[in-house]
Amino acid sequence: MPDVSLPDPHWADLPLGFALLVLALWLTWTQRDRAAVIGFSGYGLLVAIAWVRLGSMDVALTEAALGGGLMGLLLLTAAARLGEETDQPAPGLPARLSIALLCLGVTLVLAAVVLGLPSPAPNLVAPVASHQAVTELGNPVAAVLIAFRAVDTMLESVVLALAVIVLWSFGADRAWGARPRALHLGPPSPALVFLGRLLPPAGLIVGVHLFWTGADHPGGPFQGGAVLAAMAALLWLARLGEPPRVSDGLTRLGIVVGPLLFLLIGLAGAVIADAFLDYPEALTKPLILLIEAAKTLSVAVALALLVAGPPELPGPMPPRQSGRAAKGVTP
Amino acid sequence: MTGFLLIAGVFILLTVLLGLVRVLRGPGDAERLMAVQLLGTGGVAALLLLGSAIDLTATTDLALLLALLAAFAAIAFVAGLGANPGAFTAARPVSAPSSHSNGDSPAGD
Amino acid sequence: MSLADAFTAVFVSLGAFFFFAGWVGLVRFPDALSRLHALSKADNLGLGLVVIGLLPQASWPFGTLKLIALWLVAVLVGGASAQLLAGAIHAQAAETSTGGEPGRGTEAAPGANGNDKATS
Repeated sequence: MPDVSLPDPHWADLPLGFALLVLALWLTWTQRDRAAVIGFSGYGLLVAIAWVRLGSMDVALTEAALGGGLMGLLLLTAAARLGEETDQPAPGLPARLSIALLCLGVTLVLAAVVLGLPSPAPNLVAPVASHQAVTELGNPVAAVLIAFRAVDTMLESVVLALAVIVLWSFGADRAWGARPRALHLGPPSPALVFLGRLLPPAGLIVGVHLFWTGADHPGGPFQGGAVLAAMAALLWLARLGEPPRVSDGLTRLGIVVGPLLFLLIGLAGAVIADAFLDYPEALTKPLILLIEAAKTLSVAVALALLVAGPPELPGPMPPRQSGRAAKGVTP
Repeated sequence: MTGFLLIAGVFILLTVLLGLVRVLRGPGDAERLMAVQLLGTGGVAALLLLGSAIDLTATTDLALLLALLAAFAAIAFVAGLGANPGAFTAARPVSAPSSHSNGDSPAGD
Repeated sequence: MSLADAFTAVFVSLGAFFFFAGWVGLVRFPDALSRLHALSKADNLGLGLVVIGLLPQASWPFGTLKLIALWLVAVLVGGASAQLLAGAIHAQAAETSTGGEPGRGTEAAPGANGNDKATS
């Protein structure tokens, strides 16, 4: 902790908060999708820095890994494929006013709840700290995620796998089994190919490092997996590789190995140790690391596939004008 | 020394925050990208400088993460420039002869 | 002040100056390509000088190695993303000249073509 004689980083807090507000307001106001998405990835960076100032390094890492890399990629490719035109008429003023009032109301209620908490807010820091030694993990967040609240984490891994299945269901029936093509955006520029060759090896090291260091320092399987997924997406964008077919068995194994292993170890715990998801004392740390390794792999595969999109067949695309004419909406 | 590093870190952070005016004003998306890029790089520098006051291992990891992923907005933007807006495969069959020439190579990742 | 501290102070101050100069350039320069020039100075020189300045303060060996690795990644990524951004500016100017938003005022400089053809 810094001693009081040092100048305080608090000076940056007010400008940071102000910038966040202004940027958020601009994001909701601007009409152009692409500009909004670019602003959104800058917003994610600011939020990551805000998390650092709030002391949550794990969340800051997750925000940077997801917001900076994957979300920006996902939204920009979506904006590129959609173009700026849309079939639907813009909502009228009454609709927009009521949306604005509703959002404002929710914000005020949340602010009242957060500001109304007693200080220090009620939390479980003390029980976690006293029991953390059992897990042999230095990072309390990791201890909570994998040991004390393991059910939540396991269910979240399952949710991620389900999300991939739901996304795949968006593909046309006849395209089932094909490769995803959302990242198939046209010939890559040489600079993009250069980055596609340069970054993934570095990203692989950083991703594995984040997973491994998560045991004792901020980090963990989710952040590591997100970085690995971003590297895979980069490879596919730069056309240095293709996303796997939806029917590929190895890919499907990669998606489920995380939650499946978690579930199996949990069930084994019901037999060997005291309860479901209870780890036997002697094997606690090795089991935790095994679960986290499998989770990193699954998170990486699932997130990469979520960015890659539903399966599609290659071929010429029908023009959008036919959809407009059919609905009778004049541009 | 830590005091000086803190001041320098806050100074750089404030400077790149001011760059956000380019995000708001534009006039083009490339300028917005540049402002976001500056924010990313400045954020890396500020985190490295402020790290000594917070948690050095974690802020260095975060800085490394930001440096790695800083270009992704630009990457996605430029890749998207080559896209054909409004290009989707439809559920109904396409009338034109399909040309399977989009390089659907069997290379895995 | 020890030699290491003086070294850090000098280089970090220089780095901060280049970030400030980059911001000034980004906001005040007249057209997109010159703004990109300002940005890449801030990216390379600003971050590079800050990292060099922090090297004496880092723990040996892994602290310094991490900083150097970070700097290498930042420099290489910065160079490539400047190329990407130049391509984006070029495409934007082409859009304008074929009837996009009026009065953008960025003539695609002849040099812009060279950026697109640069290979790794």
